[in-house]
Amino acid sequence: MKSNSPRTLQIIIFLLIALGIIALALGGYLTPLSRIVINPIITAQTWLAKRYQAIQSLITQPADVTSLRQRNTELEAENARMQVQIIELQQQVTEAQVLSTLVDYERRHVENQYIAAAVIARDVSPFMHYVIIDRGSDDGIRRGMPVITQQGLVGQIAAVTAGAARVQLINDPASNINVALQQSGVEAVIIGQVTGEIGLEMIPQNASVQAGDLVVTSGLGGDYPANIVIGQVNTVRSQAYALFQSASVQPSVDFSQLGIVLIITNFQPVDISPLVPAAGTP
Amino acid sequence: MVILIGAILFGGLVIIQSTIISAMPLLNGTADLILLTIVAWALQDRVESAWQWCLIGGVFASLYTALPFGVLIAGYVIATGIARLLKRRVWKVPFLAMLAAIFIGTLIVHMLSLIARLIAGTNIPLIPSFNLIILPSLLLNILLAIPIFSLVRDLAGWLYPEELEV
Repeated sequence: MKSNSPRTLQIIIFLLIALGIIALALGGYLTPLSRIVINPIITAQTWLAKRYQAIQSLITQPADVTSLRQRNTELEAENARMQVQIIELQQQVTEAQVLSTLVDYERRHVENQYIAAAVIARDVSPFMHYVIIDRGSDDGIRRGMPVITQQGLVGQIAAVTAGAARVQLINDPASNINVALQQSGVEAVIIGQVTGEIGLEMIPQNASVQAGDLVVTSGLGGDYPANIVIGQVNTVRSQAYALFQSASVQPSVDFSQLGIVLIITNFQPVDISPLVPAAGTP
Repeated sequence: MVILIGAILFGGLVIIQSTIISAMPLLNGTADLILLTIVAWALQDRVESAWQWCLIGGVFASLYTALPFGVLIAGYVIATGIARLLKRRVWKVPFLAMLAAIFIGTLIVHMLSLIARLIAGTNIPLIPSFNLIILPSLLLNILLAIPIFSLVRDLAGWLYPEELEV
């Protein structure tokens, strides 16, 4: 009994010290002390862990690199496939939008019958403003049929083969179209230029022409149906001594971005050349 | 064999010309891949099919233009003749001959095109045509002349291998 009492006292003291330490720790009084003790341990632990991981990765790396490279190649191939798919889908969306607009145009102009065609080539000579479309006489295309887009007049079929046709654009220097200004009803002629622009010529001197006036086909001459939009008047040139005024016109169609066009198939141009008196005829 | 390769080559070239090159103008001028290839071919040593390729290229190009048939062929034939002439005169500096032949050839092809349009009754102003079509086309053709010449020289080396003396 005598020998047990100091041991019990020691245990009680240790317990009290332990409880005191725990209480101090819980109260946060030991934090500075624990930092002093723990920081070197953490540093040593980190150092050792890094060396261990380095050695471990050195041992296992070859297998990982091979599998990662394989996986990387697979992912790259899949990525390339996805990119191609995205491009194809974007093209399809663009095409669908264009076709949708063309269908809208067709529904709004039910008096005409249309065939859609894709522009597949441009004339190889920069002096000629012609395009080639993927529809020909097998599809009912005939020379002289007007070609349009939802924006306006593109041109006229100039030559036809079985599976393709050549379209003379309205900005070709040999193109002359009888037009009218929608607001004033003034009649004039649209002439293509070698620069790819179009100009309004033979406007009567007394006619009032303003920038922004809408230019549409007049139907005179029988080459084109009436009221197809061509563009807007840009600037007007009027000289006192000249017989006519002239103007530059901003075409409504962007001829450099032609993709899909509509051909008006129920319009047959009228050949009025026999009615035009020859030069020198009284 | 050489004629067949020429037909395939110019078939491909005219498709590239009409779809890509014609849609990439500088002002209003465009490069002429067919003229470049014809002239580069005519300047190669050991090549004996220069006139045949010239005609093949001319026929293919004529199919893709609304110019009267024969205008481009005539232009390419003259350009080939000039190239063959220059090859004899400036044979030691083929790149220089290529540049000179392309310069003259481009002017001839474009002048013939212009004349053909004027004869057909189309009113084309000369100075804008020169500034906006002929000069930019000339620049593009001269820029492309050396790369095309190098490619055609490789092709000629493949089709007409140098004979080795044993």
